[in-house]
Amino acid sequence: MHPALWISKTGLDAAQTDVSVVSNNLANASTIGFKKDRAIFEDLLYQNINQPGGRSSADTELPSGLMLGAGSKVVATQKAHTQGNLLTTDNALDMSIQGSGFFEIQQPDGSLAYTRNGQFTLNDEGNIVTPGAGFVLQPVITLPPDAQQVTISQDGEVSASIRGQAEPQVLGQINLADFINPAGLQPIGQNLYVETAVSGAPQQGVPGLEGIGSLIQGALETSNVNVTEELVNLIESQRLYEMNSKVISSVDQMLGQVIQQL
Amino acid sequence: MDKMLYIAASGAKQDLMATSVRANNLANAQTNGFKAQLEQARAMPAYGEGLPTRVFSMTESPTNNYEGGPMITTGRPLDVAIQGNGWFSVQTAQGEEAMTRNGSFTLTADGGLQDSKGNLVMGENGPLFLPVPMSNITIANDGTVTARLQGAPENQIDEVGRMKLVNPALDNIKRREDGLYDLKQGGVPEQDIFVQVSSGMVEGSNVNAVEEMVNMISLQRHYEMQVKLMKKADQMVTQSNSLLRIL
Repeated sequence: MHPALWISKTGLDAAQTDVSVVSNNLANASTIGFKKDRAIFEDLLYQNINQPGGRSSADTELPSGLMLGAGSKVVATQKAHTQGNLLTTDNALDMSIQGSGFFEIQQPDGSLAYTRNGQFTLNDEGNIVTPGAGFVLQPVITLPPDAQQVTISQDGEVSASIRGQAEPQVLGQINLADFINPAGLQPIGQNLYVETAVSGAPQQGVPGLEGIGSLIQGALETSNVNVTEELVNLIESQRLYEMNSKVISSVDQMLGQVIQQL
Repeated sequence: MDKMLYIAASGAKQDLMATSVRANNLANAQTNGFKAQLEQARAMPAYGEGLPTRVFSMTESPTNNYEGGPMITTGRPLDVAIQGNGWFSVQTAQGEEAMTRNGSFTLTADGGLQDSKGNLVMGENGPLFLPVPMSNITIANDGTVTARLQGAPENQIDEVGRMKLVNPALDNIKRREDGLYDLKQGGVPEQDIFVQVSSGMVEGSNVNAVEEMVNMISLQRHYEMQVKLMKKADQMVTQSNSLLRIL
């Protein structure tokens, strides 16, 4: 049938995908450590109908040609790894990363995942684990049963005061992992990301040194979703959806008129 | 049969093609850095014997609308928008150099700066590769990229490269089939040091949705007139046929 129908259909698809991305951002507006996505649109290939410079007669040339585009497409969703706001909770095991870097989490299959969500808790063995699934933070830090006050320094050193001891005991060191291209990390849900070929290999480091962000105990990093921006995106996508569907109905009327008149 | 039918049909066909151009513009109203295609019809005279009444029409896209699109602030350091005239220079997978206005860049694992299609952004000497790992990437107004290299002190910011920004004459630019742009005469555009960029924002599509809708209406009505003429041609032939029957 007519190409404009299919071109507008690609526009409808793209606008619809954008609405899904926006709604996922809005749904995660209060998820700690969430990084907003944005849909990346691209124009599809062009079809060369009349080549500019082609012959229009024996001794004249076409001054300009005609290229018909095939529409648009969402080629990628890209995470914006900008810093979220700081939310103070005063909870001893809440941590936020000020700057770049990710906490390393060991998944049940032994592979590593990465997160910015610092809402940690303890499991029955006293290990520091993620709140939802209970995956263990790497390197493993175990709190002794008689630990009282846990302190996490800006450079990741975890210490606790033990009942009956004057000196606090050092329990371990939290290292962060940084990536060359954090946008290339693959989100797998549960606030976790896994390494891919484009993210680059993780570079472990001590928080606060060599460009890796520092740790703040008793605070969380909120989602970096800007609700107003998402609503503006939503309005734009909705209106574009309507306009693209208007083109379809307009082409439909044109074809309908041919059928009726002839 | 009279050629009126064919001429009206050619008008209707070209109107449908023009509709496709407008539909593509509307479909790309959210594509960053997209430039709207202009469309016009041109008279293609095909003189035969007798009166010069046989003029077909041909839809063509004389050029693109190179006006700037809206600036959308994102706050991402690798989002770059060109202020005023100018283009980013990128290298396609085939090794050709082409131009784009879409400045939403990302880093590859080996430090290459790439656009959203995966083309490498050109620096002053070949594709721009940044010395990874590093932090605090900043892109200055003239396209100079600075960053703090790993292990460098907190206050030491090094210049790590400069984007190749070009500004050829607009009448020498054509759209490629993959949506990038290059020069009509072929060749590679020269770097222009006066092109200004701003980071933390991207340039949206310059498609004016209202204008496209109005053009759609006008094309649709024009198309209906062509179909009316085709109908008229049909009626005229039917009537002459019935005249013959009376005789």
